[in-house]
Amino acid sequence: MVVVSNPSVEAVNLSKKFGVFVAVSNLNLKIEGSKCVGFLGPNGAGKTTTLKMFTDLIRPSSGQALINGINVHTEKKKALASVGTLIETPEIYPSLTPREGLTMIAEIRGVPASERKKRIEEAVADVRMQEWMDKRVGKFSKGMKQRICIASALLSNPSILLLDEPTTGLDPRGMSEVRDIVKSLKSKKRLIFMSSHLLSEVSDVCDEVAMIDHGKLIVYDTIPNVTAKFSGGGNAVEVGLQHAIDEALLANTIARFPDVMGAEKKDAKTLIIKFSGGLDVQERLLDDLVRLNIGVVSFKPTSSELEDAYLKLIKDTL
Amino acid sequence: MIDMTETQPIFGNTVPSSMAQVGIITKYTFLDYFRSRRFFVLLIITVLIGALLTALVYFRPEAFTSSSLSPYAFYSTWWGNSINFVIILSGIFFGGDAISGEFQNKTGYFGIPNPIRRSSIYVGKWVGAFIAASLMFLVFTGITVGNGLAHGSGIPFQFVESFIFAWFYLAAVLGVTFFFSSLFKSSSISILVTVILFLFVFNLLGSLVLPLIQVEPWFIITYGAGIIGNVLQVPYPQHETVLNAGPRGGFSLSTFNSTVPEGLVIIAIYFIVTAVLGLLFFERKEFT
Ligand SMILES: Nc1ncnc2c1ncn2[C@@H]1O[C@H](COP(=O)(O)OP(=O)(O)OP(=O)(O)O)[C@@H](O)[C@H]1O
Ligand SMILES: [Mg+2]
Repeated sequence: MVVVSNPSVEAVNLSKKFGVFVAVSNLNLKIEGSKCVGFLGPNGAGKTTTLKMFTDLIRPSSGQALINGINVHTEKKKALASVGTLIETPEIYPSLTPREGLTMIAEIRGVPASERKKRIEEAVADVRMQEWMDKRVGKFSKGMKQRICIASALLSNPSILLLDEPTTGLDPRGMSEVRDIVKSLKSKKRLIFMSSHLLSEVSDVCDEVAMIDHGKLIVYDTIPNVTAKFSGGGNAVEVGLQHAIDEALLANTIARFPDVMGAEKKDAKTLIIKFSGGLDVQERLLDDLVRLNIGVVSFKPTSSELEDAYLKLIKDTL
Repeated sequence: MIDMTETQPIFGNTVPSSMAQVGIITKYTFLDYFRSRRFFVLLIITVLIGALLTALVYFRPEAFTSSSLSPYAFYSTWWGNSINFVIILSGIFFGGDAISGEFQNKTGYFGIPNPIRRSSIYVGKWVGAFIAASLMFLVFTGITVGNGLAHGSGIPFQFVESFIFAWFYLAAVLGVTFFFSSLFKSSSISILVTVILFLFVFNLLGSLVLPLIQVEPWFIITYGAGIIGNVLQVPYPQHETVLNAGPRGGFSLSTFNSTVPEGLVIIAIYFIVTAVLGLLFFERKEFT
């Protein structure tokens, strides 16, 4: 049994060279706690390469990849004991069925025999593949394989998840289901480190982002801080309400909250509120809104700002 | 949804010992061979070879007994001429792409990022392949012995020796094929190299080149494996036979036969060296 109070994933001067080409350059990054961190960067930035070093698929050229303080390369078995991973789309032995492939992983990871069947069935149900449980994997489509591999990452109830573009290859429903899975994991004290090109997805499920370009870390911060610092027009949140909002309340009260720069309706039950400042302001804003008893059902930073910040940051380094 | 609502954050599970993990990999490797056609295709080939020889014995029994003075002539002819081929075929079928396939087919991405040593995967797969290949070997042995008994040759002690040597050789051949499959990333190349080496290069060197220059081929595994057939001959063949050939004794040829201890050592060294190197290569290889 692994008891981890504060899961962490840490890169210490981590570098990877392919010949003379430097794919990851002196990366220093420590993420810890129960949260979801988005890993962003353009194609070829070094995201997959970094995640591979955390999963023993490749060796660092120098520096260390640490999980819960344990070096993945030298003490792999211990470091990965409580880590679920999905790097690229793995292939399962084509002659096996999902049940067999997942049982193999469950056995390797030490899921107790008495729980195996139940856990596998639950994980497969999470990715909506129950019907295919006993069919051979060989003929599965890419997205179906991706789903089984996501199930395999969830199987052992890991405290840390390392996911490389987990939703690519999935149909729209699959994407949203995987996002829901990730969100539900986050609320259960997991640390999730996930690369993605879908900024809306990242701002939806992640709390923080790490951006890299040309193998170098550009920024690592909370999403509100990143957007506050790097997107031109301050921050915006999208607020979902249970009932339609009273126009007067919106114009006279909400729009006049401290640091709020503007508040408008997107539709009857959705507000877009622009504000300046970081997480503190955002927290106070949520607090104030809830106090109004207007039936707040959701509250999230809008993606357009993250995109803004992303484009600015990535362009700035070229 | 998986229930992950413990109040205390207890995650993961007690990861099994490396030994136990080897067993798990073995089990699934074997299951994969059994499920994919591979196992049955080789089984059919093995049975066909056996059937062909059985037919030959049935119609031309004298071909199996009269050519040799040995009381074990039947086994010497049958087993001595065919078991090598059966073993090498098993080695190629089960070992040829064992490790390279993990890279080429990307199955490694499924297994490697788990709390398991790479060496456990390598050894587990080797044991799985050894069990599968051994089953073929036993099937062929069964057909051999069946014919031997039917033709009144019994089961001489020398055959038991030869059987043990052959089984040992099978382990070493799998070690070598695993080594090549660990060295190359492409399955077809690793299989091709193994085939060329065992079916052509070793034979050519051992039976043509080295006799001509009168060097004992002690560094060739197939030379060591000669003991499998040699123990069935009476008397055991001479270690070195020099032949003078050509006009006026123009040049000499040496035919070598490994002694039993020598053969066992050669096989063992091949096994150990390729196992160690194959493991090292696999440990260092990257999934890119
Ligand atoms: N085996 C290799 N040999 C040489 N260069 C490589 C190798 N693997 C990756 N690279 C290079 O390393 C860089 C980083 O690649 P990586 O796959 O980590 O990018 P990424 O951020 O995951 O990109 P994407 O968003 O397209 O998935 C790329 O420039 C790539 O060409
Ligand atoms: Mg990538």
